[in-house]
Amino acid sequence: MPTIEIAGKDIDVNEEGFLTKYDQWDEAIAKVLAEQIGVEMTDEHWKIVNFLRSDFKSAGETATSRRVQVVGGFPIKEQFVLFPKKPAKKMAYIAGLPKPKGCV
Amino acid sequence: MRNLLVLGGGTAGTMVANKLYKKLDRKEWTITIIDKDDEHIYQPGLLLMPFGVYSPEELIKSRRHFIPKGVEFIQSAIEKIVPELNQVFLVGGRAIDYDQLVIATGTTPRADQTPGMSDPKVWKKSVFDFFTFEGSLALRDALANWEGGRLVVHITEMPIKCPVAPLEFAFLADAYFTERKMREKVTISYVTPLEGAFTKPTCSRALGGMLSDRNIILEPDFMLEHIDPEQKIMVSMDEREIPFDLLVTVPLNMGDDLIARSDMGDELNYVPVDKTTFLSKKYSNIFALGDASDIPASKAGSVAHFAVDIFAENFMQHISGQPMTGKFDGHANCFIESGAGKGLLIDFNYETEPLPGMFPIPVVGPFPLLKESRLNHLGKLAFRWIYWNLLLKGRWIPISDQMSMAGKHRAFEEKQNGEKKEVDHYAHH
Repeated sequence: MPTIEIAGKDIDVNEEGFLTKYDQWDEAIAKVLAEQIGVEMTDEHWKIVNFLRSDFKSAGETATSRRVQVVGGFPIKEQFVLFPKKPAKKMAYIAGLPKPKGCV
Repeated sequence: MRNLLVLGGGTAGTMVANKLYKKLDRKEWTITIIDKDDEHIYQPGLLLMPFGVYSPEELIKSRRHFIPKGVEFIQSAIEKIVPELNQVFLVGGRAIDYDQLVIATGTTPRADQTPGMSDPKVWKKSVFDFFTFEGSLALRDALANWEGGRLVVHITEMPIKCPVAPLEFAFLADAYFTERKMREKVTISYVTPLEGAFTKPTCSRALGGMLSDRNIILEPDFMLEHIDPEQKIMVSMDEREIPFDLLVTVPLNMGDDLIARSDMGDELNYVPVDKTTFLSKKYSNIFALGDASDIPASKAGSVAHFAVDIFAENFMQHISGQPMTGKFDGHANCFIESGAGKGLLIDFNYETEPLPGMFPIPVVGPFPLLKESRLNHLGKLAFRWIYWNLLLKGRWIPISDQMSMAGKHRAFEEKQNGEKKEVDHYAHH
């Protein structure tokens, strides 16, 4: 698996650029990842990313768009506005988590 | 006496009852199985019935017919599971005690979960599902009388029953309208929330090529928000619109509402389990098998079959207080109909995506993998006999529950290892 440097740190990623180690993530890294895919982080973005981080810790899997809606309370439609075209994938990417199983 | 209670008499529940009836000491254990009806449906046939391959009678048999005589079958709807009491309550109030519980209540397409989909103006008139018996039958009549227009084949959201079935539907529709000499009157689109034709990359490329070869338009990344029943338009979450004359959809799939009533499910009513043993993450005497669990695998009969093989061995260890040593690897194996009497075969697990090559099946094999052939189509047809006569009854069939790399093409070294592994597998049986 490749290692890349983001925000001055060496980070392990998979062949698609998703982080592979939960604990290597921090907010500075998330900002860089978001920029790479054209997302400018606002408070609303952070709320969703923080939900994904904490949900992954308890559930052991990346939340799907539906779970972000049902459990997190962020409607899928809003996810599409904040993370256009491919919200599930983009949210996971920025949150430093694996792609959710729905799109594996 | 201890009681093993199985909820659901479908593919997984029936196989569990058969396997464990042979293994458990009958002086110590009783087995009870509950289902709301007595109709066992051969689900792979629902894909083919709309094209006239099967008649309705060929796809339904009595559940009791496949359950051993010594197993009690209760025909009743279930109100609630109460794990704290080790009891299941039937509708009407009767309580059934259990020592070990297997939840095999499956998954159901839920058109009611998407606004506009089940609107009486369109539902079973221009919008159909095919993974229910009634939907499949209604679709058969609709296709037979259709004069052409825009056919849209659609997946609402993953996970669904058998992720390749909607693709097969698109291939079969192409062949069906070609044979009826009206293909030029029909446009076929394949609309999916995924990035491509299938969930795994190599397979997605191969199957995507098969779509374009057949002049089927692929519309990826389409997450349905609602259907406008007046104008017959599908509208996505990001406000893209796709008009249709005939929509064949796979609605959102959810586990049984019983799971929600019992407060035992995730956001789609699937029971969270360990993905290698199917033991509930919360209760040490409850398992969920087949489509009812949240394992990240296809909701398909082949997964249930391989899973039950491993479960049955594990269960014997579990009830004698030993750790479970069998680990399910996510093995799935599916024949894919590609139309005009041909088919493909794919074989994969949690870690390994479907690869091209040859699949060894003793006596009748090898079958080509990820490649169209007549043999694979015949394999699919033969499987109905295998299902009714061998698989449900828990008899041995010559396919291992663990995926093997034998015959699959990837790196040369791995193939060498794979071949060695395969010899061990069959020697073991």
